[in-house]
Amino acid sequence: MGLAAAFWIMAVVIIAAALAVVFLRNVFRAALSLIVCFIAVAGIYLTLSADFLAAVQILVYVGAISVLIILAIMMTRNYQQGSPANRLRLPALVVGAVLLGLLIYTVTASPWNISPEPPLTPTTNALAARLFGQQGFILPVEIAATLLLAAILGAIVIAREKEK
Amino acid sequence: MTIGLEHYLVLSAVLFCIGLFGALTRRNAVIILMCIELMLNGVNIALVAFSSYIVPQLLTGQVFAIFVMVVAAAEVAVGLAIILAIFRGLSDIDVNNINLLKW
Repeated sequence: MGLAAAFWIMAVVIIAAALAVVFLRNVFRAALSLIVCFIAVAGIYLTLSADFLAAVQILVYVGAISVLIILAIMMTRNYQQGSPANRLRLPALVVGAVLLGLLIYTVTASPWNISPEPPLTPTTNALAARLFGQQGFILPVEIAATLLLAAILGAIVIAREKEK
Repeated sequence: MTIGLEHYLVLSAVLFCIGLFGALTRRNAVIILMCIELMLNGVNIALVAFSSYIVPQLLTGQVFAIFVMVVAAAEVAVGLAIILAIFRGLSDIDVNNINLLKW
């Protein structure tokens, strides 16, 4: 019962914060409601008994990505006010509504093969064994490390002031 | 009423569609990046829900969610660097006005 209440609270917070991100005029307030949305998603991970992922969500999204986004808003300050919509508003609404309807229909009509076992908790040891152990994901981990290195170097090179 | 897999999947679909609508309609480039983050979060909720309802002992979906987070971090770093570079050159981050590459 408590789990259901937590799910409904988190779901309402997530959807309200996401709508605020899309519809608020002030870019800075939109970034703040994006942070609220990230924290509520971490709560959803907790109700799914994914404790390690909830911690990573707080660290990476709430800690790092929001700081980067707010920094970018600060540095583009004289364009901060207003986030006007373009002419695609009606077609985008139609596309989003049709996609949402299709997704909900597919999700509710599919016979999911729900497993009777309880989910694994705590997940940290098991995730480490999955990522680094035998028959695991060690090659994707290495590729992800290379991708992060390339992204850091690319961000530095692109954002650097050109000396004249 | 108990919470099942469908509830999480519908929540993730709603979050994804809100992000899609924002990414298609906003003109501020930073807001578009934020909406893409919303879409990635929706996908992550679906992956974790599949992981804990369908293969609860294998954690495959959670591993995938970790990789999605890695790619999202890389994407937001490079994207914001590009936005800063454009802002330095054009003094504008309105995507309707950034049409140098448009034929």
